[in-house]
Amino acid sequence: MASVSLPSQASWIAGNKTAAQVTTDICAPLERRGGGLWWLAFLLSFSLLLLGVAAVSYQLVVGIGTWGLNRSVGWAFDITNFVFWIGIGHAGTLISAILFLFRQKWRTSVNRSAEAMTIFAVMCAGTFPIIHMGRPWLCYWVIPYPNWRGPLWVNFRSPLVWDFFAIGTYFLISLTFWYVGLIPDAATLRDRLRPGWYRRAMSLLSLGWNGSYRTWRRYEIVYLLLAGLATPLVVSVHSVVSMDFAAAVLPGWHSTIFPPYFVAGAIFSGMAMVLTLMLVVRKVMHLEDYITHRHVDAMAKLVLTTSCLVGLSYTIEFFTALYVGNQYESFTFLNRAFGPLAWGFAVMVACNVLIPQLFWFRGVRHQLLAVFVICILVNVGMWMERFVIIVTSLERDFLPSTWSSYVPTLIELATLAGSFGLFFTCFLIFCRVLPVVAMAEVKGVLPRKHK
Amino acid sequence: MGRRLILASFANEEDLIAAVRAVQDHRWDIADVYAPYAVHGLEEVLGWRRSRLPVACFLGGVTGVGFALWLQFWTTAWNWPLNVGGRPWNSLPAFVPVAFECMVLLAGFSLVFAWLFRCGLYPGKQAQLTLPGSTDDRFVLALHEPRAGDSAHAVLQVLQECGATATHERGEEEQT
Repeated sequence: MASVSLPSQASWIAGNKTAAQVTTDICAPLERRGGGLWWLAFLLSFSLLLLGVAAVSYQLVVGIGTWGLNRSVGWAFDITNFVFWIGIGHAGTLISAILFLFRQKWRTSVNRSAEAMTIFAVMCAGTFPIIHMGRPWLCYWVIPYPNWRGPLWVNFRSPLVWDFFAIGTYFLISLTFWYVGLIPDAATLRDRLRPGWYRRAMSLLSLGWNGSYRTWRRYEIVYLLLAGLATPLVVSVHSVVSMDFAAAVLPGWHSTIFPPYFVAGAIFSGMAMVLTLMLVVRKVMHLEDYITHRHVDAMAKLVLTTSCLVGLSYTIEFFTALYVGNQYESFTFLNRAFGPLAWGFAVMVACNVLIPQLFWFRGVRHQLLAVFVICILVNVGMWMERFVIIVTSLERDFLPSTWSSYVPTLIELATLAGSFGLFFTCFLIFCRVLPVVAMAEVKGVLPRKHK
Repeated sequence: MGRRLILASFANEEDLIAAVRAVQDHRWDIADVYAPYAVHGLEEVLGWRRSRLPVACFLGGVTGVGFALWLQFWTTAWNWPLNVGGRPWNSLPAFVPVAFECMVLLAGFSLVFAWLFRCGLYPGKQAQLTLPGSTDDRFVLALHEPRAGDSAHAVLQVLQECGATATHERGEEEQT
């Protein structure tokens, strides 16, 4: 598999690496102790996680009344966080599955950590609907199993039940996909490490892999088919999430553009999160040769593309609302842009549509600090987008007598902080115990003379 | 049984593929090839039969979609019908998302478990390594010792001409 790109772009990996060097470089951070920066980041994330645990425990004891929800705003912070985190996860599957099917070789440097990000983001997302149930210890009631309550089955006509199946499948298939890709690398690590608990763990994870080509060629088929399965899956997941809203009759939610609009937004926010994490990882773990400027450039272009798709969705949604002649629909959108949450709408349009346009300039794409700042802003904007969609529609629906306003409580803010704590704690542990770059895949895309 | 294995280690995939072709010209039996990554193009050279794993994937998918559609119909229209907003008992279009998700889940799981089963990979298995470095940067070719005619010595000579950096002979029982 010689490189097919132009001669000047012969390799995505800098520094003329050999296969042995790839192994050494990627395993190096795992074989030394964590640095001060890692511990600082870990302690900060873990503190946030503990804060979240405390907030959720308090909410479980006292009840959902600790949130700022009221008679007409029944969904707000938690569902915003849920949609935000599920969206973050989508970029991992885009990189691991969709770009694999498109034969994009640059994905090999980032797919392992992007997939890990997917798994942790889906974990964060999953906690929100569960705690919102109020009695999370009964969350297994969403599973259709024979029971003594009738038997009372779940309502398969409800998008909320579809969501349970979509997210459950998404988590399990993403985990499987990630693990299958990890088996050869776990074997590489196993054969390098000194005897001890770490080596035993890698030995267990590698399932006795010995690099046999009989296994390898079947592995290729498994990987291709899993990518083929994950591609429609990822589209289905955020489409189903959007139907949680679109299947309701509420103005601002009841819209047929929601599935593609949500999928584009999900990939957009996820790419920005991948880029944020990768910029930190390449610096802290000294992987500049593996996650190069060209990788950052490619990912920034994807952020730009999806930003334009999101901008197009905003425009079409707004245009339709004003053009359709339904007073409730047009009011909702004018209220979104000029009502009490106008600042949120402004943040969302600025961060999601306007600021990423800077990525048209090569100079901006090559300025890593600028890329980092823009990606953080995109994540702020995408969180705001979900908040604006959910809260503006619920605050002011058909009857002005039921209008209300929503303000989050400290418990809700602490829970959001806690989800970031959970995400970063998991990601930091992942960086210390597993190879963050898929070594076997990177070796496969090295220029032929170095293999 | 009892035939010995001849192992040869190569530093790059070109030498490995050249050696595979040379071995095929002599009509010696290739037991397996060990590589740190999936060497593209090797499959065509080896000419091994196509894997039937996609069949396992397809059967899993069909089972998933069939089971999900049956479960949704049986629970919603048969076992305990509930009137939800006047929708028909059998709301088939609304059953599509769950059926799709179950199809993907079962197709993926049956594929991966079939692969692990077929390749004999399981937690706790001790890896049977051939020569050092085959999970790092070495390519190892494993041959069965020729039954008659050519001696092991001749085999080793051909392998070394193709660029083998290390060779080794061992009994089959050590090998998986």
